[in-house]
Amino acid sequence: MIATSTPRSNETERYYNYAYLDEQTKRMIRRAILKALAIPGYQVPFGSREMPVPYGWGTGGIQLTAAIIGPDDVYKCIDQGADDTTNAVSIRQFFAKVADVATTEDTAEATIIQTRHRIPEQTLKAGQVLVFQVPQPEPLRGLEARETETRAMHAYEEYGLQYVSLYENVSAYGRIAATAGYPVMIEERYLMSPSPIPKFDNPKMDDNEAILLFGAGREKRIYAVPPHTQVRSLDFEDYPFEVQTWEESCALCGADDAYLDEVVLDDAGAKMFVCSDSHHCGQRRAEGHVGPMAGHQLAQGEPEAAQ
Amino acid sequence: MNAMSRVEPAPLLKVDGLSKWYGHIPGCMDVSFEMRPGEVLGIVGESGSGKTTLLNCLSGRLPPSSGRIEFDTRRFGLRDIYTLSEPDRRRMQREDWGFVHQNPRDGLRMRVSGGANVAEPLMNMGQRHYGAMRQATLDWLSRVELDTARIDDKPRNFSGGMQQRIQVARNLIHGPKLVFMDEPTGGLDVSVQARLLDLLRELVRDLDLAVIIVTHDMAVARLMADRLLVMRRGQVVETGLTDQVLDDPQHAYTQLLVSSVLQI
Repeated sequence: MIATSTPRSNETERYYNYAYLDEQTKRMIRRAILKALAIPGYQVPFGSREMPVPYGWGTGGIQLTAAIIGPDDVYKCIDQGADDTTNAVSIRQFFAKVADVATTEDTAEATIIQTRHRIPEQTLKAGQVLVFQVPQPEPLRGLEARETETRAMHAYEEYGLQYVSLYENVSAYGRIAATAGYPVMIEERYLMSPSPIPKFDNPKMDDNEAILLFGAGREKRIYAVPPHTQVRSLDFEDYPFEVQTWEESCALCGADDAYLDEVVLDDAGAKMFVCSDSHHCGQRRAEGHVGPMAGHQLAQGEPEAAQ
Repeated sequence: MNAMSRVEPAPLLKVDGLSKWYGHIPGCMDVSFEMRPGEVLGIVGESGSGKTTLLNCLSGRLPPSSGRIEFDTRRFGLRDIYTLSEPDRRRMQREDWGFVHQNPRDGLRMRVSGGANVAEPLMNMGQRHYGAMRQATLDWLSRVELDTARIDDKPRNFSGGMQQRIQVARNLIHGPKLVFMDEPTGGLDVSVQARLLDLLRELVRDLDLAVIIVTHDMAVARLMADRLLVMRRGQVVETGLTDQVLDDPQHAYTQLLVSSVLQI
């Protein structure tokens, strides 16, 4: 488990270009990022490269990180909120190797956080960059298969179609039941998919201090939400937007305001709810917060944030 | 003669010298006509005569090679639709027009429920109140004589005739001024066809709708249309009141067309 690794010396022989991608490619990606920041929510096409992982494993996010990372950065990578999942560990090791950066699990300490499916519980600060891995950048794709048509719809702000999916939700479930990838309007102009983060995290994007970058490797699109940008989740007048709530609190740290994962414990139906953000949970436990199942074996082997 | 002395309402649609060429092959040539609000215009002719090309040009889906199409838009008044900017034209198409396809699969979103299909034009026009849309959708489903209990069924679970009714409701719910219909009863059996035609006639009369209906079926033309354009090889060979054209066809081709209707 890497908590912090010291930057390796640049004098040793390097087998990769710094941060894996060649300089021209990184330049192209940076230009796309600048354009994306200038037009919040707009999907900028870019020349996505082959990466040493398959599409769907975060190629878009890795390319974004590679384009913005420098030796002074501190890098954190999470998958479903957790630092210790296979994908997060390998991507973190990848950048430790090819970019000589320090890595961390501490949200506050990181300058670049690459994420899949979550925004950390801890409020992000100015100077931090959150890089999202995006499978499908087009929020309208499920309803309109033609790229030419969806592009025209973005250009002319024709977003009525997105409400069809909300309508379907209400008519089928009596409420807007969509939970992940919940569509948002950026500065009342561009409709954007926030990537499959739970809608619990949607309000965190509004007026955020950090830079939010979204990269879709297979679909070859980059988009961004600059700091202090208005992000509004779509809803109906009579069915307002609301986030998930839990009756339980985290079994390990007792948090009742965090996003919880349900973990099945045995075949008899026993289960527990734990924070999906592993660093947040660990930090709370280190501070002395105790949940109803504190000391459970699931908590063993996890590094405490204080270490 | 009485009709002549009445003040003519302003034209809803003015078509002038419309031609469309596919390379060197003519789709339709030098078509001109005018339409008034509330009028039902039938375009008849055999397959390949240019009916669909003409309809696509008129409905803003296919820019013509030459000629003008002026429409009395709600936002901009009488305007050549191809001189409107693309967003304005798309908006005008959404707000002022409807388009009923021959195959309901082309006009409906098959993945979402019938109710959502009917409500979509309202959402496109900015309606954001679910309850109001739901009520409007229920009203329209009963107007097109569909079981309102099936509002949340997917279109694929409806029969062809019912799908066509959903499509009709979807194209009328937003109060269009002009509705294009491309063989709306084409794929249906005769009894379903008769009931749908009945319904369409009633709706058109009640809403005072202007309709351009393309068909190769003389019976449909007779039932629906006030006026007919007969097309052959891309050209309009005869125009006139429906009864006049069908009862006393002047052009040899129209005579052939009328006489080839099967009698039982």
